[in-house]
Amino acid sequence: MRAAWSIFTVLLSTVLVFTAIQSLPGDTASRILGQNATPEAVATVRLQLGLDEPALSRFLSWLGGAAHGDFGTSLVSGRSVGEEVGGALVNTLLLASITIAIGVTIALVLGMVSGLMRDKKPDVIISTLALIGMSIPEFVVATLLVLVFSIYIPLFPAVVLAGQEATIAELLPSVWLPAAALICVLSAYVIRMMRTSVIDVAESEYVRTAVLKGNSTARIVFKHVLPSAMPPTLNVIAMNIAWLIGGVVVVESIFNYPGIGTLMIRSVQTQDLPTILLITVLSAFTFVICNLLADLGAFMLNPRLRYPRSAV
Amino acid sequence: MTVAEASVQTRSRAFPRLVRSIARSPTACVGFGLIFLHVLLALAAPLLSPYDPIANDAMATLSNPTGAHPLGTDALGRDILSRTLYGGQYALVVSLVATTLAVLLGSIIAGIAAFKGGIVDDVITRVLDSVLAVPAILALLVVITIFGSGPQIIILAVVIVFTGGVTRIVRAAVMDVLPNDYITAARARGEGMFSILVREVFPNVLDIILVEFAMRASWVMLLISSLSFLGFGANPPTPDWGLMVAENRNLLSIAPWATLAPIVALATLIVGLNLAADGLSKSLGVDRMKDVLG
Repeated sequence: MRAAWSIFTVLLSTVLVFTAIQSLPGDTASRILGQNATPEAVATVRLQLGLDEPALSRFLSWLGGAAHGDFGTSLVSGRSVGEEVGGALVNTLLLASITIAIGVTIALVLGMVSGLMRDKKPDVIISTLALIGMSIPEFVVATLLVLVFSIYIPLFPAVVLAGQEATIAELLPSVWLPAAALICVLSAYVIRMMRTSVIDVAESEYVRTAVLKGNSTARIVFKHVLPSAMPPTLNVIAMNIAWLIGGVVVVESIFNYPGIGTLMIRSVQTQDLPTILLITVLSAFTFVICNLLADLGAFMLNPRLRYPRSAV
Repeated sequence: MTVAEASVQTRSRAFPRLVRSIARSPTACVGFGLIFLHVLLALAAPLLSPYDPIANDAMATLSNPTGAHPLGTDALGRDILSRTLYGGQYALVVSLVATTLAVLLGSIIAGIAAFKGGIVDDVITRVLDSVLAVPAILALLVVITIFGSGPQIIILAVVIVFTGGVTRIVRAAVMDVLPNDYITAARARGEGMFSILVREVFPNVLDIILVEFAMRASWVMLLISSLSFLGFGANPPTPDWGLMVAENRNLLSIAPWATLAPIVALATLIVGLNLAADGLSKSLGVDRMKDVLG
């Protein structure tokens, strides 16, 4: 049932974006051919691209192709959209997995420390840093990182020079600064959520009982506090991951990183409908999957949820 | 819902109560102080600025901070201090209007969805979920490409992107209020939907809407300055913080203040907004995280 609704959500958001882009002013055919194109040439290209058909039938034929894994050809580069987006997706996934692995680990540890040492010095420092991290836009973090680590201490390249076809080995040296910028933003929210839920759980009666029974701190933290503090945090992490895959636009464009975000800006500028559609489907899909995974994680951590009736 | 019930009894004194609860929280005080300072500076910019923010001075480009130019000048010889003082105007006005509209619209939709229930509620929830599934930046970029990039368009785009999230949270809050006896009484009196929503429901979820407003305002501010930075927001030569960072960041090593001044201004304003939201939610007893996650 949930899965069906999820697919419906993905489909509906595709329709929304398709309709929105349909109403874009300007004609893709004349843009491809440039200003000096003859009307006949424009008409031919329109015919080739199937731009003359009504929007609904174009959407349906796109949908039919998509079901077979054929997402159409890019209106601008002429390459297969699947290939082009796939290449960018691999690059973004590299950036995203580094960000998530490092960012979530740091954030969970800091959030827990902060929550367990509530109102003491480490908590004040961590909370202040998290607040600042939440309040500074990604482009500012990125700019400051470039200032420190590319200009004052030239450790990392300021922009990625490799193009869309770069291999992972070529990208690896330049992935760290964009990842660091994303980690700052991502971890701020996770730290705050983790801190709040650790504080909530630590005040609960069963944790107090465990303390009074004389359990060791480690046992209390790992057996009692963590499992209950995780589910709400998982939700925030899931939302952040969805945001990361879909919306790293700013950071990618600052560092000229050849991922989904850079591709997204370019295809919006050139009104490359098939590419935009595939990116939309991918991000909507990620959004839905992340939410499902968060629910699943909550199920695993909280046995009561597995039997909805007994939970009430 | 003890807070909501308390507020219905003291509705006429709601505003002084709100001010008192803000005054009790040091976090909220600092937050509102920062916001107030920024609004004041943006309003007084014409009086305080030593120069015209868009006047070029070819004789003094990229100067370091001096007596004549306290924060130096940029590549076109424009005074950084003046540009930073003016730079808040665009972002403040646009995000204030956009957030207000998004929160208003979101609350109204939420009220209708929760009140009508059934199929109306389902349809509204599903459609808004699909809007939420489209990444905010992609949605914003598409709207801006369709309609162009004036301030009105940015406001429209922000409203489209943020209304869904507001609706989700306010709807949950309204659902909590609806089973109360005074709502049943109002229904029994034969009051219509809008009268019930305006007179009974919204006053009791006002605390949640206020926190929502403060929270969203900081996100909208972040988003609008990011848009300006990407070149989709304020147009040159308008003095705007996001735009200033974009214009000057390549010259970071020569004229650091041209980039750092707008960054400091932007960061303090958004820290202020976040502190205000935090303080407000604490003093009103609204646990926003719980509302989000149900």
